[in-house]
Amino acid sequence: MLADRDRIFTNLYGLQDPGLAAAIKRGAWDGTKAILERGQDAIIDEMKKSGLRGRGGAGFPTGLKWSFMPKEVKERPHYLVVNADESEPGTCKDRDIMRHDPHTLVEGCLIASFAMRAHACYIYVRGEFIREREALQRAVDEAYAANLIGKNNVHGWDFDLYVHHGAGAYICGEETALLESLEGKKGQPRLKPPFPANVGLYGCPTTVNNVESIAVAPTILRRGADWFAGIGRPNNSGTKVFCISGHVNKPCNVEEEMGIPLRELIERHAGGVRGGWDNLLAVIPGGASVPLIPKSICDDVLMDFDSLKAVQTGLGTAAVIVMDKSTDVVKAIQRLAYFYKHESCGQCTPCREGTGWMWRVMTRMVKGDAKVGEIDLLQEVSKEIEGHTICALGDAAAWPIQGLIRHFRPEIERRIAARAGLREAAE
Amino acid sequence: MLRRLAPPDMQPASFAFNAANAEWAQKEIAKYPAGRQASAVIALLWRGQEQEGWVTHPMIESVAQMLSMPFIRVLEVATFYTMFNLVPVGTYLVQVCTTTPCWLAGSDAVVEACKKHIHPHPHTVSADGKFSWMEVECLGACVNAPMLQIDKDFYEDLDGPITEKLLEDLRAGRGVKPGPQNSRHTSEPLGGATTLTDPSLFDGSMIGRQKRGQAAAADTDAKTPAPKPPGAAD
Repeated sequence: MLADRDRIFTNLYGLQDPGLAAAIKRGAWDGTKAILERGQDAIIDEMKKSGLRGRGGAGFPTGLKWSFMPKEVKERPHYLVVNADESEPGTCKDRDIMRHDPHTLVEGCLIASFAMRAHACYIYVRGEFIREREALQRAVDEAYAANLIGKNNVHGWDFDLYVHHGAGAYICGEETALLESLEGKKGQPRLKPPFPANVGLYGCPTTVNNVESIAVAPTILRRGADWFAGIGRPNNSGTKVFCISGHVNKPCNVEEEMGIPLRELIERHAGGVRGGWDNLLAVIPGGASVPLIPKSICDDVLMDFDSLKAVQTGLGTAAVIVMDKSTDVVKAIQRLAYFYKHESCGQCTPCREGTGWMWRVMTRMVKGDAKVGEIDLLQEVSKEIEGHTICALGDAAAWPIQGLIRHFRPEIERRIAARAGLREAAE
Repeated sequence: MLRRLAPPDMQPASFAFNAANAEWAQKEIAKYPAGRQASAVIALLWRGQEQEGWVTHPMIESVAQMLSMPFIRVLEVATFYTMFNLVPVGTYLVQVCTTTPCWLAGSDAVVEACKKHIHPHPHTVSADGKFSWMEVECLGACVNAPMLQIDKDFYEDLDGPITEKLLEDLRAGRGVKPGPQNSRHTSEPLGGATTLTDPSLFDGSMIGRQKRGQAAAADTDAKTPAPKPPGAAD
């Protein structure tokens, strides 16, 4: 198990004071100036060496992403935008960082902005997180008051940090939709290319990073890439905040080593599956967008990007949604289908029409009110949506349904047969 | 759900931010570069909704004027983002999360409690005018499911009876405590955290763990820099 002293978010549960003085005592803002003095290239190299992969779901290497920004600032200023639009069902890790350990994020914003030659950063917090936004703003105000950020701050890099908020739209977690929203428009994703590193916020070079990716950066740079890379497995390194919800005895958030076995994660920290491990039906291991895996895979799968990819699912945001044998698994996925229908921005036809169509078919399948051939049709339509939209929401809507068909097809067929049997009996 | 503005006969004749909010709005606009004032549109509409309870037609006109935006662009924002109430709501708008993690943990019972204590139908103000309720998509407190949001606060770790008591207490004007409604603290496992128990995390010994080594010679004597007075030269 990861030692407490190797955890980055030492106030994850808010049992300690989130304020600046207490955060400094826990090791935040420690030698920040020395980190900046290493220079932009050294910081980005160190981030690359650490193996940190983005914590927002896609798992793109963070150091590499930072290196895509232009090396010189020309007429257009550079921006860092932090994605705190945490809305992936199952996920509530950034919430705890913002309300309990906000100085990890504020310090990370300064360092990342310096590394990418940005003098301004916006943190886009989802609209519903009002208390979290207030907590984050308090930390920003403290940092300004202590002259840690702002003009002529002690770190020698002029830097302004702004907290911005949304108003209820899952799609704004997609980076280009987030930028549109930040510019005061509907949150509808942009076509890429051009990528934000060239044309981002206000048409300027911009990098969008998840809260956790930015908040872990100061500790990585303090303790060194080797320390971070030494935790977990190659290409899947570091610590990660996991969110364990659903049918466990003690749902919780916890920071653990990447690559921890799923079973160990659930049994050590979440009090085990309700009714015992043998009562497990399936797990969605990385937030609503990734396909579920049945118990047989859960028995020995490791919780990291490559291990989960190998079993046709994903680490996503590391939001583990546990379902025991009492679960109506078709209904659980049907509810997710409704979520995607509700959250489709309506821009691309396959997603706008397809999410509604899939939800309607799924709703019938919950009751078995379908033909067996419709299972294949549903699979086929989901494949037509996947990969045919501007952003990944179409993919995210398709994957949970594909996962259900892959692993629980007999259950869907059983319901259809049972319903047909009832109908015949009635006639 | 189709999102349209309330019909004309429900709309008030005018809208104006009160003095404090008008001053706040100018500061909000100043967060963005010159010419990018449209970035403040969500914040201004939200503050307007906090002031009036819902987003009205004159409010959209007023915000459009303040931000030099065409009316249609502000209308688009008001109808796109689902946290904007386009019709009046109860004093307490009860937003129940029913997405899969909350549903697995028993959000159906929370919805039933709302039906019983507020109104059988969502989006309908209760007889005493104090409440309305609605189902919402994932609010991001999944390890504390099921949960609901009222005003700025989350109420977590609910079940049917706890929800009923919460609504009764609010109706009677009794104080309620946001956050988990059981004995646990925020998102820790019930009964106490399994991690972060090492007292040395909090005694100051976490300071000074800078990487030491050849690549980072500048770090070897790094300590927290003493804050310089504002404006000091570097």
